Amino acid sequence: MGQLPNLNEFMRISRRILAGLATASLAVTVTSCGGGSDTSGSFDDTVTVGILHSLSGTMAISESTLVDTEKMAIKEINAAGGVTVGGKSYKIDYIVEDGASDWPTFAEKSKKLIDQDGVPVVFGGWTSASRKAMLPVYESKDAFLYYPIQYEAQECSNNIFYTGASPNQQSEPATDFMYKRSPAAGKPFFLVGSDYVFPRTSNTITKEQLKSLGGKVVGEDYLPLGNTEVAPIISKIKKALAPSGGGVIINTLNGDQNVAFFKQIQDAGITPSNGYYVMNYSIAEEEISTIGPEFLEGHYGAWNYMMSIDTPESKKFAADFKALYGSDRVVADPQESAYNMVYLWKQAVEDAGTFENSAVREALVGQTFDAPQGPVEVMPNHHLAQTVRIGLIKPEGGFEILEETDGVVFPQAWNQFEPSSKGYACDWTDPSKGERYKL
Amino acid sequence: MLLDSLFNGVAIGSVLLVSALGLAIVFGLMGVINLAHGELMMLGAYTTYVTQLIFKLPLLKPYYNGYVIVSIFFAFIVSGVVGILLEKTVIRKLYGSPLETLLATWGVSLILQQFVRSVPLAYGTGLVISLIIGLFLPSVFSSKVKESINFKYLKFSSWIFAVLAGVLSGNLISSSVSKLSRASARNVDVTAPAWMRGQIEILGTAFPKTRLMIIIITLISVIAITLFLNQSAWGMRIRAVTQNREMSDCLGISTEKVDVLTFGIGSGLAGVAGVAVSLLGSVGPNVGGNYIVGCFMVVVLGGVGNLLGTIFASFGIGIMTDLIGAGRLLSIWPDMPLPLFNTINFFATTSMARVMIFALIVIFLQFKPTGLFPQKGRMVES
Repeated sequence: MGQLPNLNEFMRISRRILAGLATASLAVTVTSCGGGSDTSGSFDDTVTVGILHSLSGTMAISESTLVDTEKMAIKEINAAGGVTVGGKSYKIDYIVEDGASDWPTFAEKSKKLIDQDGVPVVFGGWTSASRKAMLPVYESKDAFLYYPIQYEAQECSNNIFYTGASPNQQSEPATDFMYKRSPAAGKPFFLVGSDYVFPRTSNTITKEQLKSLGGKVVGEDYLPLGNTEVAPIISKIKKALAPSGGGVIINTLNGDQNVAFFKQIQDAGITPSNGYYVMNYSIAEEEISTIGPEFLEGHYGAWNYMMSIDTPESKKFAADFKALYGSDRVVADPQESAYNMVYLWKQAVEDAGTFENSAVREALVGQTFDAPQGPVEVMPNHHLAQTVRIGLIKPEGGFEILEETDGVVFPQAWNQFEPSSKGYACDWTDPSKGERYKL
Repeated sequence: MLLDSLFNGVAIGSVLLVSALGLAIVFGLMGVINLAHGELMMLGAYTTYVTQLIFKLPLLKPYYNGYVIVSIFFAFIVSGVVGILLEKTVIRKLYGSPLETLLATWGVSLILQQFVRSVPLAYGTGLVISLIIGLFLPSVFSSKVKESINFKYLKFSSWIFAVLAGVLSGNLISSSVSKLSRASARNVDVTAPAWMRGQIEILGTAFPKTRLMIIIITLISVIAITLFLNQSAWGMRIRAVTQNREMSDCLGISTEKVDVLTFGIGSGLAGVAGVAVSLLGSVGPNVGGNYIVGCFMVVVLGGVGNLLGTIFASFGIGIMTDLIGAGRLLSIWPDMPLPLFNTINFFATTSMARVMIFALIVIFLQFKPTGLFPQKGRMVES
């Protein structure tokens, strides 16, 4: 044990050297790429943006992929001449802060980025808890946060731009698919999730939606975060769904709980071949390879972006990411969302002709971008209109896209199935409407 | 239905029991509050993962089906050796000061978590191999050899040999299994061999095979440890020291050796528990943290220092979890009065069942603070 700290120290130092080398090589590529355009790597000025994700703690594995993607987008923009504001070209520089999987830290680091570093924009967050912790900071300082994750909505801040899916862009089409067109169409539903805000809100919406579709929810259960004992849930699922010969399970479990869940439902015979189909809202390409496709094969996922989208934009996005970070890396929906938001910010700033928040906010609405998933557009409620896809998990990993919506689905910040928010909407372009107005 | 419920309760209970068994010895018998117990489990789980990958090599591929059995022994040794080292370096100086032990072992648990995050598993394995050789090689030689050359030199040279062997095996593993050659904080996955997956039908009810396997592992561990403690000479010494340390010391029992042995066995059992839990979920640096609270809960409820109490407490909690969490009471007695039905229905989710069980335990401990089976005799006074 005596040599342990030394070993750690050694690892850290060697990693630092590696990081240094990586930055050096990155700098070289930037200049060499820049050489192609007439700006030739020389910019009039520099603008520094903030990147705030967890680089340590339980969320680090997921959130660090977003940092990688955001850096990639910034690198691409710089290589193409940076941001042009008021006739001056700006090189984008970034400060990466670590939220450490600790929600108050996100608020604290946000304050630091805004007040001390004076960044015009922060790209950050993953969990809803971290966003809720940051929200008051951005509102009180009238700063701007770009948040890239699919979430439960029921929120619409003037100071946050949400590029992930709202429930009507993920869970609602997914529920509709499972109830009407999946092999388990018409069968009862069972809802499983981790015990925190996203699964509970998402399931409330699903229950209301099924009520209006005429479907039946025969049970729901939540696993406390950090608990992996899924045996009682499995026996409940069996008891509830076995009489109808299988059914649909909507899964919003988090992280490792998924591994325990899928390993054990397979052992308990809850498999597609026995008539049980799981629709997942938190399992993307990355998670499929971690959990193991042999456990997930034949189940479903719903996302805006899937790596198997067969368009040049999608392929280029995946190839660029692999070229930069290694051929074993994958891209998934949250990363695509993070990538889009950097470009949308750039476009908004250029249209506004200033980095000033109020002007950028106005210019942001209506921005369109040819994203890897297809065209997206910023709506007046600060959410993104985007395409929704349903995928079947393949035995070798990844999704086979079964369905995609005809064009974009418009985001609803206030859900229309949930009784408390039914009939409300959000519009920041009209001062009389704002955060929540009656339709 | 009843059989299914009983099985589920026993299955949940056996996970609790196998993970708490080592703690029942370390905390129960020795009184050491070992917060690194969960991390010793984690080491066992990672050992299973490493064993699985090694058994995928062409040379061992034909024996792949047996890797889980082999990893049980490996995990026992790995966690046991790390436990022994922990006892020799940290805990030995802290006997009788629970607060310091608590802090120190918590620190150790953080070190171990960070270790698996930032050191490639191949070199971690090499380090453990060199530890095993370094600690045990000197005792292999007969006392004659030990007398003929200075024991210090023997110890020193065997550590040199151990380091060499560790570096060599670490490099060998890292070059032959590429997955182990890079450090990663990512959770990894242990896949049970085909014969352990799926379900088996007994008396018309289907049981998952992995759960049965865990019940068997638990059963064997309990029987083995009971036999060891009650039948073997060392077991008797352990019991003697835990009951009266000074008296045993006076009677010529090497309490130092007994401490090392007890702690080693307790830690080794944590490793075995790690194999069991790796079959259920994923293996990651935080896996131990999920179980540590449950372990202490079981040991305290059962009565500190009593193996039988731990067994009863585990199965008790397991069956209660299933009864409350899966809403079994509702189906057993469908026409109960409405207020009661609503109350039980309210608690019939996994998260509420946990709250309910903790509440019940707290209430129970109000009336019986020493647990289900309090230790009688002189130890209580000390």
